Amino acid sequence: MVTVSESPRESGETAETADRADATATHDTDYPLRVEGLRKEFGGITAVDGATFEVEAGSLTGLIGPNGAGKSTTFNCITGIYEPTDGAVYFDGEDVTGLEPYQVAQRGLVRTFQIARELGEMTVLENVMLAPRDQRGEALWRSVTPGVRGGVVEQEAEVRDRAWEMLEFFEIDHLAEEFAGNLSGGQRKLLEMARVLMTDPEMVLLDEPLAGVNPSLENKLLDHIHDLRADGYTFLLVEHDMEVIMENCEHVIVMHQGSVLAEGDAEDIRSNESVIEAYLGEDV
Amino acid sequence: MSPVADTTEQFTTDDLAEFTRESSAATALGALALVWVALSVLSLVGVGGIVPPLRELVMVLAVYAGLVFAIGALWRYSKSDALLIVGVMLALYVVFGVAMVVFLELPLNGLVNTLRRITFLSAVYAMLVLALNLHWGYTGLFNIGVAGFMAIGVYTMAIISGPELGLGLPLPLGIVGGVLASALVGLIAALPALRLDADYLAIVTVAFSEIIRLTLNSSVFAEMTLFGTTVGTGGGQGIRTPENPIRAIFYTDPGDTSAGLTPVGDVLFEVTGSLKVFLVSGVGIRDSVVIGLAYVIALVAIVAAFYWLLRRIGNSPFGRVLKAIREDEMVANSLGKDTQLFKIKTFMVGCALMGLAGILWRGSTGFTIPSDYMPIQTFYIFLALIIGGAGSNTGSVLGGIVFATLLFEGPPQLARIIPVLLDDLFGLQITDAPNTSIEAIAPLSSLDVTPFIAYSLENISTLRFIFLGVLIVYLMQNRPEGLLGHRKESAAAVDLSAGRNGGGDRE
Repeated sequence: MVTVSESPRESGETAETADRADATATHDTDYPLRVEGLRKEFGGITAVDGATFEVEAGSLTGLIGPNGAGKSTTFNCITGIYEPTDGAVYFDGEDVTGLEPYQVAQRGLVRTFQIARELGEMTVLENVMLAPRDQRGEALWRSVTPGVRGGVVEQEAEVRDRAWEMLEFFEIDHLAEEFAGNLSGGQRKLLEMARVLMTDPEMVLLDEPLAGVNPSLENKLLDHIHDLRADGYTFLLVEHDMEVIMENCEHVIVMHQGSVLAEGDAEDIRSNESVIEAYLGEDV
Repeated sequence: MSPVADTTEQFTTDDLAEFTRESSAATALGALALVWVALSVLSLVGVGGIVPPLRELVMVLAVYAGLVFAIGALWRYSKSDALLIVGVMLALYVVFGVAMVVFLELPLNGLVNTLRRITFLSAVYAMLVLALNLHWGYTGLFNIGVAGFMAIGVYTMAIISGPELGLGLPLPLGIVGGVLASALVGLIAALPALRLDADYLAIVTVAFSEIIRLTLNSSVFAEMTLFGTTVGTGGGQGIRTPENPIRAIFYTDPGDTSAGLTPVGDVLFEVTGSLKVFLVSGVGIRDSVVIGLAYVIALVAIVAAFYWLLRRIGNSPFGRVLKAIREDEMVANSLGKDTQLFKIKTFMVGCALMGLAGILWRGSTGFTIPSDYMPIQTFYIFLALIIGGAGSNTGSVLGGIVFATLLFEGPPQLARIIPVLLDDLFGLQITDAPNTSIEAIAPLSSLDVTPFIAYSLENISTLRFIFLGVLIVYLMQNRPEGLLGHRKESAAAVDLSAGRNGGGDRE
């Protein structure tokens, strides 16, 4: 297995990573993600009601809340799957409110899904190779035209080598040529993480990455997340398991009934009266 | 990869053994050979009656069993897809050729023409299935309006370059125009529908296809005068298409055979016309068949070009995104792929290829009518794709071949052979078929099967339709992945296994 220091981030350094680094330097990089007054209504139901929070660069921030608190909807609004009714989302100082999911992802903000969504009839390696941004061969004419395809093949070799490293990092390289649909639940979670990291993101939104995962795999996943964080990635982690968040995140955001109820480190949250009430379901 | 991993892969991915049971084919071959020897001995000592025709039949069946065995082996051990395709095609030549010669005693001209016909149909189906595979097999775009996009290509070509009702412009212009028109109509159909779910695309495409056919069929657009030129669709009467340009190889004036032959035509017709090698019938191969044969050779080259193009599209990052869209569009979108754009591009390319295939098929035969583009045409192409295995380009070509020869062209040929066989073996004379099914079934009560058989053979194309329906139900239930199964045609422009460093602890 590769060590963290030779993580994919460095090995996959390309021209565009450098470009992006330049671009981000001019923006407010301390808090790459800022959500302001986010509101999402479905018919008569208000799922998110004026949520406002920021995520610090290089942090592992947790987003918790009881079922129905609006965590997933917030996620979907940030990543462009839903268009917010009101409010704004800024990423790297840029307004990304209402953009399509692919536009958000192209800016370096990518997500995983609550239920792992593997591409079943593609091999594990193909799943991972799909992800990188700015692949030249994604232009039809470049993929087909003789002569021009040379550049595509060259980049493909790079992408493939990075993909193998990524699979080794997550210890699923022995499954590389299997169809992703044949993987077990836990392996799918690992694949999903590997795929997201292959996009060389600046920030990753993890939607309940530990749901339905056994304790040993849970620890492994958390180890991976900590390793990657140490490497400079920013994570926003949605969980409804209090313990996981408390033990792993240095900053915690608590949502309740569509808005942010409390924010702070684990200790603050633990001693916060309203959080306890929200979780125990007592009336205020 | 270790030998252990190799064996498992053979059994999991290469489950073709299941389909072509080599061992049973070998057993059948042996048994048939034994029976044949026995029958030969009998006929040698002068036993007549049923023995000589039975011996013929057994011989043909033995050849078929041998072919199944050979194709099974090729299927299992051939690493080359091209070899597999050529092998299947050659085997089908033998299947048809042997039956034609032994039972129908077809002269050389008839034999060559039959083989030309099945190759022609295989080629045009292969092209259409390859194009549909890009839509459905790769991207999951459920286009059930294939016939409509073919019609657009053919009619645009005919109106630009046709001899009547056309502008009379050069043919290359007509072909390019037809292909572009198909792509454009594809875009118009796709824009509203691709935003919605797959089912809506299906509804929109089939509706489009029928609107196109009914418009072409309508007398309103049959003929009109624009700027002093008469153009139109010809309505239900159909429209004439330009002369097949392949004729220029043989005739100095392709439109007028009396104008004389080119040197190539002169020499070639001389040779083919004098071929009377076997089953002498007074003629060699007719000139028209030779011209058709030349066109089919050109078509096969174009199929190869289609295959090359689509493989190239598939084995690339572009193709990888298409597969991802098929599997889960939201995932592809969330990874930064503008899936909408990918879908539109793919839809247009596929429609353009459908238009081109239509031109090469319906545009090559002198004239075309709107009923060439009934929804059933689309159904046939889908069936061929399902047989071959959606998602695989090699499977698409094989599906096209198997469908066009065995399923489409096979039953009518079988209907020609069966009466001969029945006459030889049992002395049953299949005479004129009765006009109604009552007249066919009623005599069964008095154990007279002849009218029923005659009626069935007369209506073989209807029966074929029922048979194909049953087949598709069977396939969807038992083998939805088609002949080639879930093949791993890797969606990458490089060898994927090459990138592994160190090897790790692979089993």
